[in-house]
Amino acid sequence: MTRKGQSCVPELIAKSALAGHAPLTRLDTTLAEGLATPIISIAPFPGRMAQVDAVFAPLALAFPAPGRQSVSGDRRLVWTGRDQAFLIGSVAPDGLTDHAAVTDQTDGWAILTLHGPAATDALMRPVPMDLRAHAFPVGHTARVALNHMQAILIRTGIESFEILVFRSMARTAWSELAEALELLAARARIA
Amino acid sequence: MRLTCPLCGPRDRREFYYYGAEDYLDRPAPDAAPQAWDDYLHNRDNPAGVTRDLWYHDMGCSSWLAVTRNTVTHEILAVEAVADRKGGAA
Repeated sequence: MTRKGQSCVPELIAKSALAGHAPLTRLDTTLAEGLATPIISIAPFPGRMAQVDAVFAPLALAFPAPGRQSVSGDRRLVWTGRDQAFLIGSVAPDGLTDHAAVTDQTDGWAILTLHGPAATDALMRPVPMDLRAHAFPVGHTARVALNHMQAILIRTGIESFEILVFRSMARTAWSELAEALELLAARARIA
Repeated sequence: MRLTCPLCGPRDRREFYYYGAEDYLDRPAPDAAPQAWDDYLHNRDNPAGVTRDLWYHDMGCSSWLAVTRNTVTHEILAVEAVADRKGGAA
Protein backbone atom coordinates (compact mmCIF):
# COMPACT_ATOMS: atom_id res chain seq x y z
CA MET A 1 0.00 0.00 0.00
CA THR A 2 1.13 3.53 -0.77
CA ARG A 3 0.51 6.32 1.68
CA LYS A 4 -1.59 9.17 0.25
CA GLY A 5 -2.62 11.97 2.61
CA GLN A 6 -4.39 10.46 5.62
CA SER A 7 -5.05 7.12 3.97
CA CYS A 8 -3.46 4.51 1.77
CA VAL A 9 -4.06 3.47 -1.82
CA PRO A 10 -3.04 0.20 -3.47
CA GLU A 11 0.49 0.07 -4.87
CA LEU A 12 0.22 1.69 -8.30
CA ILE A 13 2.18 0.34 -11.22
CA ALA A 14 3.25 2.84 -13.89
CA LYS A 15 2.76 1.25 -17.30
CA SER A 16 3.44 2.77 -20.69
CA ALA A 17 0.57 2.94 -23.17
CA LEU A 18 1.96 0.09 -25.23
CA ALA A 19 3.45 -2.06 -22.49
CA GLY A 20 3.51 -5.65 -23.74
CA HIS A 21 4.00 -4.81 -27.41
CA ALA A 22 7.42 -6.01 -28.52
CA PRO A 23 8.86 -4.09 -31.47
CA LEU A 24 7.60 -5.38 -34.83
CA THR A 25 10.03 -5.58 -37.75
CA ARG A 26 8.99 -6.15 -41.37
CA LEU A 27 11.02 -5.21 -44.46
CA ASP A 28 13.83 -4.01 -42.16
CA THR A 29 11.38 -1.45 -40.82
CA THR A 30 10.60 -1.41 -37.11
CA LEU A 31 7.47 -0.26 -35.34
CA ALA A 32 8.18 0.40 -31.66
CA GLU A 33 6.98 2.40 -28.71
CA GLY A 34 8.82 5.69 -28.16
CA LEU A 35 10.50 6.54 -24.87
CA ALA A 36 8.24 8.00 -22.20
CA THR A 37 8.94 11.71 -21.86
CA PRO A 38 7.16 14.79 -20.48
CA ILE A 39 4.66 16.35 -22.92
CA ILE A 40 3.40 19.83 -22.07
CA SER A 41 0.87 21.73 -24.20
CA ILE A 42 1.72 25.43 -24.66
CA ALA A 43 -1.02 27.70 -26.04
CA PRO A 44 0.14 31.35 -25.97
CA PHE A 45 -2.49 33.90 -24.97
CA PRO A 46 -3.42 36.33 -27.81
CA GLY A 47 -0.62 38.84 -28.41
CA ARG A 48 1.86 37.19 -26.02
CA MET A 49 4.07 35.35 -28.49
CA ALA A 50 7.06 37.64 -27.83
CA GLN A 51 6.84 37.00 -24.08
CA VAL A 52 6.55 33.25 -24.64
CA ASP A 53 9.65 33.31 -26.85
CA ALA A 54 11.48 35.31 -24.16
CA VAL A 55 10.71 32.60 -21.58
CA PHE A 56 12.00 29.91 -23.94
CA ALA A 57 15.11 31.85 -25.03
CA PRO A 58 17.33 30.56 -22.14
CA LEU A 59 16.46 26.99 -23.25
CA ALA A 60 17.51 27.87 -26.81
CA LEU A 61 13.94 27.15 -28.00
CA ALA A 62 11.46 29.33 -29.90
CA PHE A 63 7.75 28.88 -30.64
CA PRO A 64 7.68 27.01 -33.96
CA ALA A 65 6.04 28.06 -37.21
CA PRO A 66 3.18 25.86 -38.46
CA GLY A 67 4.43 22.40 -39.42
CA ARG A 68 7.86 22.93 -37.84
CA GLN A 69 9.65 22.27 -34.57
CA SER A 70 12.33 23.95 -32.49
CA VAL A 71 14.97 21.59 -31.11
CA SER A 72 17.60 22.07 -28.42
CA GLY A 73 19.32 18.88 -27.23
CA ASP A 74 16.66 16.50 -25.86
CA ARG A 75 14.07 19.29 -25.62
CA ARG A 76 11.69 20.08 -28.45
CA LEU A 77 8.87 22.50 -29.11
CA VAL A 78 6.66 20.80 -31.69
CA TRP A 79 3.89 22.68 -33.53
CA THR A 80 0.60 20.86 -32.92
CA GLY A 81 -2.12 23.24 -34.08
CA ARG A 82 -3.23 26.82 -34.43
CA ASP A 83 -1.44 28.79 -31.67
CA GLN A 84 -0.43 25.56 -29.92
CA ALA A 85 2.83 23.64 -29.50
CA PHE A 86 3.92 20.69 -27.37
CA LEU A 87 7.03 20.96 -25.25
CA ILE A 88 8.46 17.44 -25.37
CA GLY A 89 11.29 16.26 -23.12
CA SER A 90 11.15 19.00 -20.51
CA VAL A 91 8.91 20.39 -17.83
CA ALA A 92 7.49 23.87 -18.44
CA PRO A 93 9.95 26.70 -17.67
CA ASP A 94 9.12 29.16 -14.89
CA GLY A 95 7.09 32.21 -15.82
CA LEU A 96 5.36 30.57 -18.78
CA THR A 97 1.90 30.42 -17.18
CA ASP A 98 1.72 34.25 -17.21
CA HIS A 99 1.73 34.24 -21.00
CA ALA A 100 0.28 30.93 -22.13
CA ALA A 101 -2.16 28.20 -21.21
CA VAL A 102 0.06 25.36 -20.01
CA THR A 103 -1.26 21.84 -19.49
CA ASP A 104 0.63 18.66 -18.70
CA GLN A 105 -0.43 16.05 -21.26
CA THR A 106 2.29 13.49 -20.52
CA ASP A 107 -0.22 10.77 -19.68
CA GLY A 108 -2.58 11.70 -22.51
CA TRP A 109 -0.47 10.65 -25.46
CA ALA A 110 1.23 7.53 -26.72
CA ILE A 111 4.39 7.80 -28.78
CA LEU A 112 5.11 5.30 -31.56
CA THR A 113 8.22 5.23 -33.70
CA LEU A 114 8.56 3.86 -37.20
CA HIS A 115 12.05 3.47 -38.63
CA GLY A 116 13.31 1.82 -41.79
CA PRO A 117 13.19 1.83 -45.59
CA ALA A 118 9.44 1.03 -45.70
CA ALA A 119 8.47 3.59 -43.05
CA THR A 120 7.24 6.26 -45.48
CA ASP A 121 5.23 3.84 -47.61
CA ALA A 122 3.67 2.16 -44.56
CA LEU A 123 2.69 5.47 -42.98
CA MET A 124 1.21 6.80 -46.21
CA ARG A 125 -1.40 4.04 -46.16
CA PRO A 126 -3.35 5.25 -43.11
CA VAL A 127 -2.26 8.91 -43.42
CA PRO A 128 -3.85 10.85 -46.33
CA MET A 129 -0.84 13.09 -46.89
CA ASP A 130 2.22 13.15 -49.14
CA LEU A 131 5.01 12.02 -46.79
CA ARG A 132 7.74 11.57 -49.38
CA ALA A 133 10.94 13.27 -48.26
CA HIS A 134 10.67 16.17 -50.70
CA ALA A 135 7.11 16.99 -49.58
CA PHE A 136 7.60 16.31 -45.85
CA PRO A 137 11.32 16.81 -45.08
CA VAL A 138 13.23 15.88 -41.94
CA GLY A 139 12.22 18.07 -39.00
CA HIS A 140 8.76 18.84 -40.33
CA THR A 141 5.70 18.09 -38.21
CA ALA A 142 2.02 17.72 -39.06
CA ARG A 143 -1.28 17.44 -37.33
CA VAL A 144 -2.94 14.83 -39.47
CA ALA A 145 -5.45 11.99 -39.61
CA LEU A 146 -4.21 8.42 -39.08
CA ASN A 147 -7.30 6.64 -40.35
CA HIS A 148 -9.95 7.87 -37.88
CA MET A 149 -7.43 9.05 -35.26
CA GLN A 150 -6.10 12.54 -34.75
CA ALA A 151 -2.34 12.19 -34.78
CA ILE A 152 0.79 14.29 -34.57
CA LEU A 153 3.51 13.30 -36.99
CA ILE A 154 7.18 14.25 -36.74
CA ARG A 155 9.76 13.28 -39.31
CA THR A 156 12.88 12.60 -37.25
CA GLY A 157 14.97 11.25 -40.13
CA ILE A 158 14.80 10.32 -43.81
CA GLU A 159 13.43 6.91 -42.79
CA SER A 160 12.21 7.73 -39.27
CA PHE A 161 8.96 9.04 -37.90
CA GLU A 162 7.44 9.66 -34.51
CA ILE A 163 3.68 9.30 -34.29
CA LEU A 164 1.72 10.67 -31.33
CA VAL A 165 -1.86 9.55 -30.77
CA PHE A 166 -4.28 9.86 -27.88
CA ARG A 167 -3.25 7.30 -25.30
CA SER A 168 -6.69 5.66 -25.43
CA MET A 169 -6.04 4.86 -29.10
CA ALA A 170 -2.49 3.57 -28.71
CA ARG A 171 -3.32 -0.05 -29.45
CA THR A 172 -5.53 0.84 -32.40
CA ALA A 173 -2.75 2.97 -33.88
CA TRP A 174 -0.29 0.13 -33.35
CA SER A 175 -2.66 -2.29 -35.04
CA GLU A 176 -3.21 -0.01 -38.05
CA LEU A 177 0.51 0.61 -38.55
CA ALA A 178 1.36 -3.07 -38.02
CA GLU A 179 -1.24 -4.00 -40.63
CA ALA A 180 0.25 -1.53 -43.11
CA LEU A 181 3.71 -3.05 -42.58
CA GLU A 182 2.38 -6.61 -42.90
CA LEU A 183 0.60 -5.70 -46.11
CA LEU A 184 3.71 -4.21 -47.69
CA ALA A 185 5.73 -7.24 -46.57
CA ALA A 186 3.18 -9.65 -48.04
CA ARG A 187 3.18 -7.76 -51.31
CA ALA A 188 7.01 -7.86 -51.40
CA ARG A 189 6.95 -11.64 -50.91
CA ILE A 190 4.85 -12.30 -54.02
CA ALA A 191 6.51 -9.64 -56.18
CA MET B 1 -11.57 16.78 -52.85
CA ARG B 2 -8.86 18.70 -51.07
CA LEU B 3 -8.81 21.92 -49.10
CA THR B 4 -5.62 23.94 -48.76
CA CYS B 5 -5.51 24.87 -45.09
CA PRO B 6 -3.63 28.17 -44.57
CA LEU B 7 -1.57 26.51 -41.82
CA CYS B 8 -1.33 22.85 -42.86
CA GLY B 9 -1.26 23.01 -46.66
CA PRO B 10 -3.29 20.80 -49.03
CA ARG B 11 -5.22 18.18 -47.08
CA ASP B 12 -7.78 15.49 -47.73
CA ARG B 13 -11.46 16.29 -47.30
CA ARG B 14 -11.70 13.60 -44.56
CA GLU B 15 -9.75 15.87 -42.19
CA PHE B 16 -12.43 18.58 -42.32
CA TYR B 17 -15.86 19.01 -40.82
CA TYR B 18 -18.51 20.98 -42.73
CA TYR B 19 -20.41 23.48 -40.63
CA GLY B 20 -22.68 25.40 -43.01
CA ALA B 21 -23.06 28.67 -44.87
CA GLU B 22 -20.72 31.58 -44.15
CA ASP B 23 -23.87 33.46 -42.98
CA TYR B 24 -23.15 32.04 -39.53
CA LEU B 25 -20.30 34.56 -39.17
CA ASP B 26 -22.68 37.53 -39.45
CA ARG B 27 -24.68 37.24 -36.27
CA PRO B 28 -27.30 40.00 -35.90
CA ALA B 29 -27.25 42.35 -32.91
CA PRO B 30 -29.22 41.02 -29.92
CA ASP B 31 -31.92 43.65 -30.50
CA ALA B 32 -32.10 43.20 -34.26
CA ALA B 33 -35.47 42.81 -35.94
CA PRO B 34 -37.04 39.30 -35.98
CA GLN B 35 -36.59 39.21 -39.77
CA ALA B 36 -32.81 39.56 -39.36
CA TRP B 37 -32.76 36.64 -36.91
CA ASP B 38 -35.02 34.60 -39.18
CA ASP B 39 -32.59 35.18 -42.06
CA TYR B 40 -29.60 34.34 -39.88
CA LEU B 41 -31.02 31.11 -38.52
CA HIS B 42 -33.08 29.71 -41.37
CA ASN B 43 -32.84 31.38 -44.75
CA ARG B 44 -30.04 30.28 -47.07
CA ASP B 45 -29.24 30.80 -50.72
CA ASN B 46 -28.72 27.66 -52.75
CA PRO B 47 -26.59 28.96 -55.60
CA ALA B 48 -25.58 27.07 -58.71
CA GLY B 49 -22.11 28.57 -58.80
CA VAL B 50 -19.86 30.28 -56.30
CA THR B 51 -20.77 29.88 -52.64
CA ARG B 52 -18.98 30.41 -49.34
CA ASP B 53 -19.19 28.17 -46.33
CA LEU B 54 -17.48 27.25 -43.07
CA TRP B 55 -15.29 24.24 -42.46
CA TYR B 56 -13.41 23.09 -39.39
CA HIS B 57 -10.02 21.39 -39.63
CA ASP B 58 -10.82 18.94 -36.87
CA MET B 59 -8.25 16.27 -37.78
CA GLY B 60 -5.62 18.96 -38.28
CA CYS B 61 -4.79 22.32 -36.78
CA SER B 62 -8.26 23.12 -35.33
CA SER B 63 -8.74 26.22 -37.50
CA TRP B 64 -12.13 27.47 -38.62
CA LEU B 65 -11.96 28.11 -42.36
CA ALA B 66 -14.05 30.14 -44.79
CA VAL B 67 -14.09 28.24 -48.07
CA THR B 68 -15.11 29.72 -51.44
CA ARG B 69 -16.15 27.00 -53.86
CA ASN B 70 -18.16 26.47 -57.01
CA THR B 71 -21.09 24.09 -56.64
CA VAL B 72 -21.25 23.51 -60.41
CA THR B 73 -17.59 22.78 -61.19
CA HIS B 74 -16.59 21.64 -57.67
CA GLU B 75 -13.59 23.98 -57.82
CA ILE B 76 -12.20 25.22 -54.52
CA LEU B 77 -11.48 28.88 -55.21
CA ALA B 78 -10.16 30.11 -51.85
CA VAL B 79 -9.62 28.95 -48.27
CA GLU B 80 -8.99 31.50 -45.56
CA ALA B 81 -8.76 31.28 -41.78
CA VAL B 82 -11.74 32.86 -40.04
CA ALA B 83 -9.32 34.09 -37.33
CA ASP B 84 -7.47 36.18 -39.94
CA ARG B 85 -10.57 38.14 -40.86
CA LYS B 86 -11.11 41.60 -39.49
CA GLY B 87 -12.60 41.14 -36.03
CA GLY B 88 -11.49 37.49 -35.83
CA ALA B 89 -9.56 36.08 -32.87
CA ALA B 90 -5.98 37.36 -32.97
